[in-house]
Amino acid sequence: MCHAVPARVVEVLDADNARIEIGGVRRVVSTALVGSLAVGDFVVVHVGFALGRLDAAEAEATLALLASEARR
Amino acid sequence: MKYIDAFRDGATGRGLAARIAAEVNPARSYRLMEFCGGHTHAIFRYGVQDLLPANVIMVHGPGCPVCVLPVGRLDMAIELARRPEVILCSYGDMLRIPGSRKRSLLRARAEGADVRMISSTMDALALAEAHPDRQVVFLAIGFETTTPPTAAALRVARARGIGNFSILCNHVLTPAAISNILQAPALRDIDAVQIDGFLGPAHVSVVIGSQPYEYFAEEFARPVVISGFEPLDVMQSILMLVRQINDGRAEVENQYQRAVSRHGNATAKALVADVFELRRSFEWRGLGTVPYSALKLRAAYADFDAEQRFAIAYRPTPENRACACPRILRGAARPTDCVLFGKQCTPQTPLGSCMVSDEGACAAYYKYGRHRAEVTS
Ligand code: SF4
Repeated sequence: MCHAVPARVVEVLDADNARIEIGGVRRVVSTALVGSLAVGDFVVVHVGFALGRLDAAEAEATLALLASEARR
Repeated sequence: MKYIDAFRDGATGRGLAARIAAEVNPARSYRLMEFCGGHTHAIFRYGVQDLLPANVIMVHGPGCPVCVLPVGRLDMAIELARRPEVILCSYGDMLRIPGSRKRSLLRARAEGADVRMISSTMDALALAEAHPDRQVVFLAIGFETTTPPTAAALRVARARGIGNFSILCNHVLTPAAISNILQAPALRDIDAVQIDGFLGPAHVSVVIGSQPYEYFAEEFARPVVISGFEPLDVMQSILMLVRQINDGRAEVENQYQRAVSRHGNATAKALVADVFELRRSFEWRGLGTVPYSALKLRAAYADFDAEQRFAIAYRPTPENRACACPRILRGAARPTDCVLFGKQCTPQTPLGSCMVSDEGACAAYYKYGRHRAEVTS
């Protein structure tokens, strides 16, 4: 029940709502909990709400670290 | 999918497994509790346990809100659903859980009650606005991830003056449950659970941040690594825990840097603090009564409290004595220790809450446990 999913913002609808895309599926979620977003931002989405932002640079850094640990 | 598939790569997973195997001290064991049902699910689905050396043991924790809801609280929801004026709504997981005398919300619906599944609290508000002549009650449940959405809906309900909406509040707090588990062994030796480190929740921590765990690391000298839910996140977090344990460190580390900060989501926390306050005590299935471990509505929102509006009160109900959920939820037993597991109790005929939710340990064991040999790649 606490499993949120990463999603990309494809359209900002108004101050409290945005259209997001998760694996090719688009839907509208509330952005009331995260403040203003821009198209292309990543968020983690849960029960119809963006719960927080997902930092793409940090995601890449974690992937790079994983790859280097796995190769050692 | 961006930022999902890359964290499921099989070759990298095997590489990380080799790293863990190279770094563990064969002379000791590492008992690591994953608090979250989401981690339990990922560990089984991707066969993480099978990739680990035999002395790294994952202990499943109580972080499944459906699993820890005591039967008496569900009975309250069923009682409300049976009132002709009420439309009772909740997230899908809730509808199948067995209450006392094998009742459930689904069964109540089959018997004529108006029970609806929703996927957002905003849907519950829309229901209330569409049915002004009915009372819409949202069975609110969950840890810190689902609490802000409930608070957001309540704030809108108050602003719009939606008088026929209320919530039956069962929101609970992760840090309180972790402390309870860490304190319990001293109190009840019989169920003593040895835990060497914790895999901390991902999405709960998006909201509350990593700071609340600093207390456990200090007070109980156990390392905590906040971990994402994808299999590579879990593997990396296990490696981080192994390293802390090897070094004798007990720190809070954050593997889920991409979404978790030290202080979490300030907007969400402020909203929750505005709408809710601590309950003095709350009963958890499996953990018993835990002080200051749950939330209730503040006085300013009391009008939206279904317990007050319908004058209903919680009555503790005895558990099915053979169901081992209470011990499983504390990491003191495994699903296969239960005599009912896979026999009378299956996901189709759940007798205990750990078998109902996908995130429950019994359901995960049943669904994936039979195929333990097939390691996901
Ligand atoms: S198998 Fe069923 S009865 Fe046994 S502990 Fe799990 S949920 Fe309870």
